[in-house]
Amino acid sequence: MRMKYVMSEVLVGLWRNVTMTIAMIITMAVSLTMLGASGLIYTKVADMKQLYFENIEVSIFLDADVTDEQRTALATQLESDPLISQATYVNKDEAFQRFQEMFRDSPDLLSAVKADQLPESYRLKLVDPEEYKAVSDQYTAVAGVDQVVDQSQVLDKIFNLFTAGQNIALVAAIAMAIAALLLVANTIQVAAYSKRREVAVMKLVGASNWFIQAPFVLEAVVAGLIGSILGLGALIALKIFLFDGALSALQGLFAPVSWAEVFLTFPVMAGVGGLISAITAWVTLRFYLRV
Amino acid sequence: MIQLEQVTKTYPKASRPSLDNVSVSIDKGEFVFFIGPSGSGKSTIIKMLLHEVTPNKGRVVVNGKDVTSMRSWKRPHFRRSIGCVFQDFRLLPNRTAYENVAFALEVIGKTKAVARRVVPEVLELVGLGGKEHRYPHELSGGEQQRVAVARAFVNRPLILLADEPTGNLDPDTSIEIMRLLDRINRTGTTVVMVTHDSNIVNQMRRRVIEIESGRIVRDQARGVYG
Repeated sequence: MRMKYVMSEVLVGLWRNVTMTIAMIITMAVSLTMLGASGLIYTKVADMKQLYFENIEVSIFLDADVTDEQRTALATQLESDPLISQATYVNKDEAFQRFQEMFRDSPDLLSAVKADQLPESYRLKLVDPEEYKAVSDQYTAVAGVDQVVDQSQVLDKIFNLFTAGQNIALVAAIAMAIAALLLVANTIQVAAYSKRREVAVMKLVGASNWFIQAPFVLEAVVAGLIGSILGLGALIALKIFLFDGALSALQGLFAPVSWAEVFLTFPVMAGVGGLISAITAWVTLRFYLRV
Repeated sequence: MIQLEQVTKTYPKASRPSLDNVSVSIDKGEFVFFIGPSGSGKSTIIKMLLHEVTPNKGRVVVNGKDVTSMRSWKRPHFRRSIGCVFQDFRLLPNRTAYENVAFALEVIGKTKAVARRVVPEVLELVGLGGKEHRYPHELSGGEQQRVAVARAFVNRPLILLADEPTGNLDPDTSIEIMRLLDRINRTGTTVVMVTHDSNIVNQMRRRVIEIESGRIVRDQARGVYG
């Protein structure tokens, strides 16, 4: 009977102040969507870093007039370097073959370049791809080395873009969360005010604190949970219309966002939404009802 | 039943204490009036007995429990042994007489079945038989106060506190409420009543404790308003 009482109080409470309830749910939903999106971007960037860095190479191009001694010295140094997992030597012929493969659609370019003009190089796989800066610094100054080229520098720019997007989503999530918090606090105050007589009587006759607070706290939690369900809906829509729709042309570039990942964000969103609402409501009540 | 031992209470920002070294002992089954001018500290005593305010100095013991050191989370359970009636009735306007009394039972965890058994009984006791389903606005002031008394008494408390219960009632109705409180007192319930109503005090001839500026100036076993 007490559970029934509490639940009916929750529904009545949400309905009594329905415009505020809707505002609360919408802000909560937007905030949680941002939070979920930011979480997804975060895991995606991590996935993609791994994916890209596994295939990434650092190339050391040698001077055209490099001597045999210089080449051997460099080879030994590369062999013994703990940062490097694998070093492959590419001579002028091989470089030319690769060049022909890469540009087989541009015959003009092919005919303009002779095998002799392409530099010899070492193609390196790094133990930790993020250490390329150290490798690059170390070998640029070595005698016989023309330049150290690293593909990850280009990738870094792309990843910075993703990280920026993630940060924007996170900041938006926090800003919306603050708005949602204030709305929860306000809603709870209004609810507590409209039930002030009941609360006064309950306190007087000795109803337990949890019994007085439960309807209010649950009211906020229910709103938070509805918000998180809407947030999940928004993420599903984002996946369908943005990733699988408008951005599907870029599929090779992005690591795919799976349904499992989208649905796994739900417990997080629901947990954060519910918990933050509950805490806000509880704190508001402590100040407002002094129970 | 109720002991105040050298109790002093000064509210923050107040220039003088509301209660100044007050000691009172009230036995089980007593009927006690606290009288005195406004601001003399009478209401502070009621609040202290309800654990709404705690004294700065001294000790308050109610029902054998030291209220002074009671943790606030124990307050709800403690209050279930105390009934309370106020000048402004404090009924819920959107609930009938029956529902008002039943509400007090249900929020402390009693079942609807218990309420169905106990509430009509107590409404009968306070003289509201047949008016169970009236709303407060359909009842006279005296009847509303009876509902409040029923609500305070339905849980069979050991102590009934009444803070100017007749303050909003005409003299005849006041007398009826006093008869009701007297009847409750005769069941063994300790009644503590704060009042301005000299008429009532003079008629009842019960123990009178007069307070002035936070001090007890008179404590008479069968007193008058003076």
